[in-house]
Amino acid sequence: MSAQQVLLEAHAVAKHFGGVKALHDVSLTIRRGEIYGLIGPNGAGKTTFFNCLTGLYKNESGHFVFDGARLAADAPHKAAEVGIARTFQNIRLFGNMTAIENVMVGRHLRTRAGVLGAITRNASTRAEEAAIARRAEELLHYVGIHERAHDYAKNLSYGDQRRLEIARALATEPKLLALDEPAAGMNGTETDALRVLVEGICRDGVTVLLIEHDVKLVMGLCGRVAVLDYGEKICEDVPAVVQRDPRVIEAYLGGSLA
Amino acid sequence: MDTLIQQLINGVTLGAVYALVALGYTMVYGIIGLINFAHGEVVMIGTMVAFTVIVSLAGSGMPPLLVLALGLAVSTLVCMVLGWALERVAYRPLRHAPRLTPLITAIGMSIVLQNVAMIIWGRNYITFPPMINKQIYDLGGASFTNVQVSIVFLAALMMIGLIYLVHRTRIGMAMRATAQNPQVASLMGVDINRVIAMAFVIGSALGAIAGCMVGSYYEIAHYQMGFMLGLKAFTAAVLGGIGNLAGAMAGGLLLGIIEALGAGYIGDLTGDFLGSHYQDIFAFIVLIIVLMFRPSGLFGERTGDRA
Amino acid sequence: MSTAIKSLARHQHWLALLVVGVVLLLVPFVAALGGQAWVRIANFAILYVFLALGLNIVVGYAGLLDLGYVAFYAVGAYTYALLASPHFAIHLPFWVILPLGAGLACVFGVLLGAPTLKLRGDYLAIVTLGFGEIIRIFMNNLNAPVNITNGAQGITLIDPIRIGGFSLSQSSTFLGVTLSGPQKYYFLLVGLAILVIVINIRLQDSRIGRAWQAIREDEVAAKACGINTRNIKLLAFAMGASFGGIAGGVFSAMQGFVSPESFSLMESITILAMVVLGGMGHIPGVILGAVLLTGLPEALRYGIEPLQKMVFGRLLIDPESLRMLVFGLALVLVMRFRPAGLWPSPQRRRELSESTD
Repeated sequence: MSAQQVLLEAHAVAKHFGGVKALHDVSLTIRRGEIYGLIGPNGAGKTTFFNCLTGLYKNESGHFVFDGARLAADAPHKAAEVGIARTFQNIRLFGNMTAIENVMVGRHLRTRAGVLGAITRNASTRAEEAAIARRAEELLHYVGIHERAHDYAKNLSYGDQRRLEIARALATEPKLLALDEPAAGMNGTETDALRVLVEGICRDGVTVLLIEHDVKLVMGLCGRVAVLDYGEKICEDVPAVVQRDPRVIEAYLGGSLA
Repeated sequence: MDTLIQQLINGVTLGAVYALVALGYTMVYGIIGLINFAHGEVVMIGTMVAFTVIVSLAGSGMPPLLVLALGLAVSTLVCMVLGWALERVAYRPLRHAPRLTPLITAIGMSIVLQNVAMIIWGRNYITFPPMINKQIYDLGGASFTNVQVSIVFLAALMMIGLIYLVHRTRIGMAMRATAQNPQVASLMGVDINRVIAMAFVIGSALGAIAGCMVGSYYEIAHYQMGFMLGLKAFTAAVLGGIGNLAGAMAGGLLLGIIEALGAGYIGDLTGDFLGSHYQDIFAFIVLIIVLMFRPSGLFGERTGDRA
Repeated sequence: MSTAIKSLARHQHWLALLVVGVVLLLVPFVAALGGQAWVRIANFAILYVFLALGLNIVVGYAGLLDLGYVAFYAVGAYTYALLASPHFAIHLPFWVILPLGAGLACVFGVLLGAPTLKLRGDYLAIVTLGFGEIIRIFMNNLNAPVNITNGAQGITLIDPIRIGGFSLSQSSTFLGVTLSGPQKYYFLLVGLAILVIVINIRLQDSRIGRAWQAIREDEVAAKACGINTRNIKLLAFAMGASFGGIAGGVFSAMQGFVSPESFSLMESITILAMVVLGGMGHIPGVILGAVLLTGLPEALRYGIEPLQKMVFGRLLIDPESLRMLVFGLALVLVMRFRPAGLWPSPQRRRELSESTD
């Protein structure tokens, strides 16, 4: 695999909380343009991996190489800056801001206006504000919730909140979009619509890292899948192979994998 | 060398007082996350009540120790009621209000208590009548008094009692559970209101005792004394890691020692540019430095953000 | 809504502004009827509007609890006092010192904020409070061995704001209208207040303003959106500090005298109370809070003594402590019955209704 093809490499990433090892030397490689799935039973360390990747946690050892450069640990805004955007397992929107304002916050990183611009409202600031609003509107269209643009985020339905979170993440112009259980709590129709959305995002050039409980969704969407169990990667391959891996089946205790 | 020992002795005495007051802050903060700004004023009221009781009984022919004990008991009782009333009247209705709201209320209560005290006891310094025959002991060139010994002894006793209460009794267990997670605790049948009220009552009792100690140590009292004392004690609580009982005790002791040493040596250190009237700045400088390197205080656990 | 009603609503907007403008214009003349003391009270009310709106950026917008705001006010005031008084025999013009004081306050803000803004909010509160006390202790004691601040006596004979031969402290006549010194300061202060109002309004609806709100709502999510939360908070903190510095300079010039007594913790608390009591983050609310909390103690000062004499026939309770007592009670009662402030923004009302679910 050439360096050009690789977007993210995790090298022996380890994290523990007190005496509990949450991640034990996890290494994996994500290629550009793929949808990569990360699955595992509850408490296997999937979200911990996400949090280390996006700088919310500081991993004790190991490191990430993203887009050819080493990631600084413990700095979430820097992770976003180099192009890693994420959503949260338990949706974290700015509840008392409107949907469009939420997405506009996502544009913060890629815009420049400072205090002086805000106070003087000069031409370039006004132009930038207009561009922010326009882009936010486009993104709301893209995820399909533009009718709710001026509703407060906390008043949106569960599925719409998930979509809004994705729109906000996309506003930061990520190279890698990390989705933490986006289908949790969704019904079948909503999950299908989500699948279409994620496929579209990938087609439009954003690599996707997907943590999911819905094994069917992962197997249908992802090009490759890694399985975590007790903080260790026990398997990494295409879905068809992963499904038959005895370690994986054991980890799920004979759960409905197929 | 004798300065060192002398300042250490003074520091431990002062630290014992800070620690007792700090416990009141840390218990309330640990359970409901409120900086109870009025706690310093509760301590002041404790001193004032003890003063009134002692002065009015001083001529009655009772043995001085009994008078002192009565003063201590009455002031503790008054402060317990005061602490309970504060929580019930001022803070409980605001439990779900925005974060700053109860803080402003606390500041308001602090102003109210201060001015009530000023109306009752006047705006001048009050001389605290010495009830114990002061005895001075010598230790390697430094000296300490029986008052200091009693302060440290009593403070230690109180702290042991509190630790026993929190770790060995039902109400203590309920308090710890509430501090961890109020919702779950209440689902488990813990009466949250009672637990919170208890934290205020116990904290106020400790505060009253600390107030009496301050009064008999410095032999003066003033309606504004609670403010600085409260501020330092809160600093001590933060220093030790707020919400952590052992931390408050250690933080108080540490702060007392740092202050005493600082006051004793600042002149030498700065070539007499800064004198001992800068004593009050040590608490804050130490606080800022500690928080820079240990954001959760010296003994606080680091709680990461949960994603 | 039909366009006719819309345009009417728009006109009402302008009409309201016009009324406010006329009232603001008349205040110093009406107040002067009761004596220049009343003009001075009006001046202080507007100075506090300025200070409270400066603090509003820190507390209301960025959600940072600053309990030592008065320290920055003091830095501005002493900068002005030391560089425009006989104390060091330095007499720099105001247009040099006011920006200098603002800049210095800003530097202090950054020095204090940079290490502490990553901490939990309550820790910031105690650190700022401590900083306020440190500054006050230094002002009180830096008179020996080298006399820098003149200790508790303070610094007197501070120059007024002066442009050429035109001094703001003396009365002068324009177009047949005679303006006293305080009246002239009044118009300066109104100008400054309008400036800070415009800044507050414009910041609110900007990229920075959105970032502040996002941090208030969910700091972790804001970080994940790529907001460097520490820097954005520091920005608010430093801006608030600069406003405090400017207000301090104007205070020095207007009073002609500064002493550490003016910069007690009580002052910080009063300014914070103005912001919270009025309605955090809501500009009209903060203005209301500032005017009320300046006016209330004055009203009590003039009202309590005669009232007591009328009711009891003599002074039963020291008016000063009664005044503070009422102030404290007012804080408690307003917070009890209007937890989001007297005049909160619709936004805050929502936040509140959510948290009481």
